[in-house]
Order: sequence, then C-alpha cells, then structure tokens
Amino acid sequence: MSEPIVRFEKVVKKFGDLVVLRDFDFEVYPGEKVVLMGPSGSGKSTGLRILMTLEDIQGGVVYIDSEPLWHERKGDKLVPAHERHLRKMRNKVGMVFQHFNLFPNMTVLRNITEAPVHVLGVSKQEARERAEGLLELVGLLDKKDAMPAQLSGGQKQRVAIARAMAMRPRVLMFDEPTSALDPEMVGGVLQVMKDLADEHDLTMIVVTHEMGFARDVADRVCFFDGGQIVEEGDPEQIFTAPKTERCRQFLRSVLKEQEEEVEEGGETTH
Amino acid sequence: MMTLFGHPLNTASHWTFFVSILPLIFKGLIITVEATILGFLVALGLGLIFALLRRVPVRAVSWPTVFVIEFVRDTPLLVQLYFLYFVLPVYGVRMPAFITGLLALGIQYSAYTSEVYRAGLDAVDRGQWEASKALNLSTVRTYRDVVIPQAIPRVIPAMGNYLVSMIKDTPVLSAVTVLEMLSMAQMIGDRVFRYFVPLTTVGLFFLIVTLFASALVRFLERVLPKQGIPLK
Repeated sequence: MSEPIVRFEKVVKKFGDLVVLRDFDFEVYPGEKVVLMGPSGSGKSTGLRILMTLEDIQGGVVYIDSEPLWHERKGDKLVPAHERHLRKMRNKVGMVFQHFNLFPNMTVLRNITEAPVHVLGVSKQEARERAEGLLELVGLLDKKDAMPAQLSGGQKQRVAIARAMAMRPRVLMFDEPTSALDPEMVGGVLQVMKDLADEHDLTMIVVTHEMGFARDVADRVCFFDGGQIVEEGDPEQIFTAPKTERCRQFLRSVLKEQEEEVEEGGETTH
Repeated sequence: MMTLFGHPLNTASHWTFFVSILPLIFKGLIITVEATILGFLVALGLGLIFALLRRVPVRAVSWPTVFVIEFVRDTPLLVQLYFLYFVLPVYGVRMPAFITGLLALGIQYSAYTSEVYRAGLDAVDRGQWEASKALNLSTVRTYRDVVIPQAIPRVIPAMGNYLVSMIKDTPVLSAVTVLEMLSMAQMIGDRVFRYFVPLTTVGLFFLIVTLFASALVRFLERVLPKQGIPLK
C-alpha cells in the first residue's frame, strides 16, 4: 500500500485539564473513504479540527502527505510551525461543517468563488465556470445568485460541499454534515456525498452516525471512545459483528434513535 | 440699526429679530453640519483602525492601542481640543481652527466607535472565522470580505447614538474660535444684549439636525441587510 495521506502519531489534545485525544494514532490512505463514529466527546470531531488547523495539538505529530502539519523541519528536529507553513498545508484539506457556515453576505456563487480567486489566484471567469460546474453537481445551479438565507438547510449544506470542493482539496472532511438538518433534507446531502465518493482520488473522512451511508460508501469505519479508536474495520464487520461491548452498545443506541426518528417522521435528535 | 458681519439686526420685535438673524445662524449651521460630518467620518475610520489594532495578537500592538483608547476616552473633549489648538503649534503643527476642531471631535469619538466596532466584530459567529480558515482566506481577506461586512449592520444603531451625541458636542468648537451655531448666536446676543431669540433659534436648529440624523440612521438600519453588506 502507498504512503498514508493523513497520519496522526501519538497525538495529544487537551482542553485545559480535559484530555480529548491521548496518544492518538490514526492513518488514512489516498482515496480512502473513512467514517468516524462514537459518542459525543470521544474526540472524532476534534481529530478533524486538528487536521483543518482549527485546533492545535499538545503532543505528537500530524502528517499530511508525509509532511508535518503542526511542525516544520529544522535540520532533523521538528519545531512548531509558523502561520506560513500552516497556510501552505491547509490547501490540501477542506472541511464541511455541521452548521454549514456559509458566508451570509455573499451570493451562493461568491461563496464558492471567494477562496479560489483570493487564495489560489484563479481568474474570476475560471472560478465562476468551475463554481457553476460544482453547483450543477450538487443540483443547485439555479440558486447561484441566491443569498444563503433564501436556501433550506439541505441546500446550504450542498453549497458548502461545493464551496469546499472548489479548493480542490486532496482530503475532504465532513463534521456531522447532516445532524443539523431536518430529516427530509438528509437524503439529498448524503446523495451528493455518495456522488463525491465515486471520485477515486478524493480522500474522505466523515464524522457521521448515518449507518446507511457508512455501509454504502466507507472503506473503513472507526469507532471512537475516550479519545482513542477502540475498534475499526469494514462497515459490514463493524455493524454486524462488533467486537467490543462499547461499540455494540453505541450501535444499539444509534439504531434505536434512528428508528424513533422514522416513526416520528419529524424531529431530528442531536 | 445694529449690524453684525454686515447683516442688520432688527430688534423691533422677537419675530423681526428672528427673521433678521436667520442668515447668520444659517452660516453657523453649515459649519456645525460640516464639522459633524467630517468629524464623524474621522471617528468611523479611526475607530475601525483602533478596533482592528486592538485585535492584533501581538501585545506590543494591542496594549498601546488599548492605552490610547482609554486615554482619549477618559479625558475631556475640551482638554484635547485645547491641546491640539494651543500645544501642537508650539511644536510646529499648525492647523486652521476648523480642522483642529473636527479632528478633536473625530479622535474623541473614535475611542467610542472603536468599542462599538469591537462588540460588532465579536458578535460575528465563530463559524464564520472557522469557514474562512478552512478555505485558507488570509486574515485581511477574512476581515474585509467576511467579518466587517457582517459587523456593520449590527453597529449602526449604536453608531447613530454617537452621531447625535457628536452633533450636540460641536459647540465645544466655539472655544477655539470656530464660528459654529452657538458662537454665532452668542455674538449676536452680545451685539444687541438680547439672547432669548438667538439661543432659542439655535436650540431649534439643533433639534432639527439631530432629528434628521436619527431618521437617517433608522433608514440605514432598515435598508442594510441584517446578514451583512452584500458582496456579489
């Protein structure tokens, strides 16, 4: 197998006294689709946020493309990275947020072209054409001149996916992309994510409890608990024959929750 | 009949007096309005610069900024005005009284507006910063395209209060010989020893100007989209 594109090596993340990740090891290979599951506070979102440079680390090393993310090489030593290094590394990864975080003061099109034009230096014309292509992919080309406030939650999230893709990231991360959505909006967003998963080169790391999506798309499911991965494997194995009691318990509770949602046919639970 | 700057002051009755001083008061009004508009532009620009410098994550920058803001905010406008007018020329900085006056107003109010901007910038959702970072937008670009446009509609009401307040502070400029409305009224009064009509007129004009300013602010509040200045 080739070199991993993402590698966490004994990473420690603390918030004050609270240890969120302890000696955390994790690897993702190019083109792999990985789903992270686990109870809230287990460190899965924090892992993504570290990779997006939204959270720093207190120990260990994170590598993207075999290059340290939070460190720079100085001779044979690693020293904390400067903002310039972080800026260079950040272009390799992209992120889709739970609450979309679209820029409410920009049209849909401008949301998508803003960063390619001002970060990658793409011409406005080219950025616009590519944005329109991406909007077509997520089925929202007719909304290109709308403001985010005029869109439904599901549409916002699809625009957010197009916006992240416009930066041509090698690794695209999704932090609970459907958990803030009304149930009837979830399907459309998951479908867009499935379409993206067909892109062979794109590496996807998805924090979600959508088991159907994991089953269809994931090469690997990692189950988090207490700041570590306690079990991982292909989705079939994890969902049908989990090895640890903790994972069994968690899957039971998620299944129950999702059944209740179907019965109620309404309210989402977070 | 007494005259002032060549204008006759007809004191036959309150009414004739009022009519005869209108052209003079009007001249003062123009100075007042000009000083307010220019002074407020200084306050808006300088206040934003202060607010941004304060957020620079380097203490050598943010701490002196906080000091300057506090110093300006906690010393009287009149002291600052005298300082600019009487002390600076000693060091070779000479400005016309009007310029000195609007700068003093602008600088004093920039300390207030910087606090308003600060609250406005702080109120922008953390998710906006995170999305900007995830898209690798530079800090300058993030402020320019994302954060400031979203902060502006939120600061308008508080800025409006300071605009009205500044209008009412413009008579301070009379202390350095700027012939704004109040000093004009005083000169008229001194000339004919009648103060009732000129001062009432000035009060009325101030009321009209501040009401107009309030209406303008409410209009801006209504037309600016809540979600921020739109970028196409």
